[in-house]
Amino acid sequence: MNTSMQHIENHITTGIPLSDKPKLSARNVDVFYGDKQAIHDVTLDIGANEVIALIGPSGCGKSTFLRTLNRMNDTIDICSIKGEILLDDENIYGPDVDTVPLRARVGMVFQKPNPFPKSIYDNVAYGPRIHGLAQSRVELDETVEKSLQRAGLWNEVKDRLHSPGTGLSGGQQQRLCIARTIAVDPEVILMDEPCSALDPIATAKIEELIDDLREKYTIAIVTHSMQQAARVSQRTAYFHLGQLIEVNPTKQVFTTPQHELTEAYITGRFG
Amino acid sequence: MDMNFNQHISQQFNADLEGIRNQMLAMGGLVQRQVADSIEAICSGDTSSADKIIQREDDVDAMEVKIDQECTHILVRRQPAASDLRMVLAVSRVVRDLERMGDEAAKVAIHALEVANGNQAASKMCNQSIHHMGNAVVKMTSDALDAFARHDVKGAIEVVRSDKMVDEQYASAIRELSTYMMEDPRSIGQAINILWILRAIERIGDHARNISEQVIYLVSGTDVRHSSLSEMEEQAQSDLPDNT
Repeated sequence: MNTSMQHIENHITTGIPLSDKPKLSARNVDVFYGDKQAIHDVTLDIGANEVIALIGPSGCGKSTFLRTLNRMNDTIDICSIKGEILLDDENIYGPDVDTVPLRARVGMVFQKPNPFPKSIYDNVAYGPRIHGLAQSRVELDETVEKSLQRAGLWNEVKDRLHSPGTGLSGGQQQRLCIARTIAVDPEVILMDEPCSALDPIATAKIEELIDDLREKYTIAIVTHSMQQAARVSQRTAYFHLGQLIEVNPTKQVFTTPQHELTEAYITGRFG
Repeated sequence: MDMNFNQHISQQFNADLEGIRNQMLAMGGLVQRQVADSIEAICSGDTSSADKIIQREDDVDAMEVKIDQECTHILVRRQPAASDLRMVLAVSRVVRDLERMGDEAAKVAIHALEVANGNQAASKMCNQSIHHMGNAVVKMTSDALDAFARHDVKGAIEVVRSDKMVDEQYASAIRELSTYMMEDPRSIGQAINILWILRAIERIGDHARNISEQVIYLVSGTDVRHSSLSEMEEQAQSDLPDNT
């Protein structure tokens, strides 16, 4: 079975890209870096309270796609986007949309934990302060405690809230970044390989956390670990050369994928 | 980017999967011989091979354990997915069925010895049924393994169809056997031996059917265990439009 590149030109996504109750909807999204097209006509819903995993080989466009969902690509001058991304039916690329509140509603956790060079407390309090979400010190204290608890970090740091965040272990730093993200009460959390710099125990804690967070938030996670995608997500989207090849329930993708490219990738036949 | 989907990036992974598949087929070959020899022993009344069949049972058991261990190692080392996962699971299930077929073949051999040493007048009871059923399950065993080797869903469904026929022949042979026992209570001792033999042959057919079900799982990912023949045919058609 040799597949040429022609095989996937103008590919129509296999499986179920739409959701009954979409939180975020991408419609016919193209992304360009200068002249080079990185994403081709991607239509995908991310359902409310679902964890969707975006997988695919390096350079397939999964991170680029993730970054379109809260306009992180705006920071790259040569990057342009066509199509629509709707957050609760409102186009986030509309002319009146301010990216600051947008990124509070659609938060992001990165590959390498990136705590600010401030105390643990100030890291978590930073967002609520700049967005004016806390009216008093007491309210801010509550937000910090609640966020750290939700991120599963409270018990480990409650006695040293004023030590620097950078003094924590890698896994703790990543959970601190998650606490910082949820402190501004987002609706969607985007995670770009959140565990790739962590050891297996820290990874297990983050995965456990993702499962808990799903009750309240919608989560899209880019991961290179197929086992992680299988463990944490309800649906899996497979990207290949900038196209969305297949979206299906995770169980199905990892046992009986519909598209041969998905099969070839997840069984380690290329990548 | 390498676009040859027949090969894993890891050559060792290819070799590991190929290894369990080939060993399973070799084990299948041995079990097929055990089944054929045991049927031959009971049909011809020549029980000289019976002891060998009983001894070779240990080899079959050892192969089951070894292949199953290798399946476990692949699961641990490679975390296989999709068709690779189905291959490992199918091989692990098939070797279990093959081992039980080996047990049943040994039972046929043991009872063939008892029949040969018992009442000669009664030893020919249900001869024809044993012959028909025996030949059918030998063929089913070989066809099920062929279907596995060739990923042949149609061939697998044929085995399931044959199993239905063997089940019908078994029911009819049991009725015949009851008649013998009612007519002549002195034949009961032999009849019980014959009953065990019929039962073992019928079970070999069931295991060949199980192997065929795993062929369908391997190819299409559909679990057809406990499905009827018509459900299986329907499923196979919807899964494999090209294969109709």
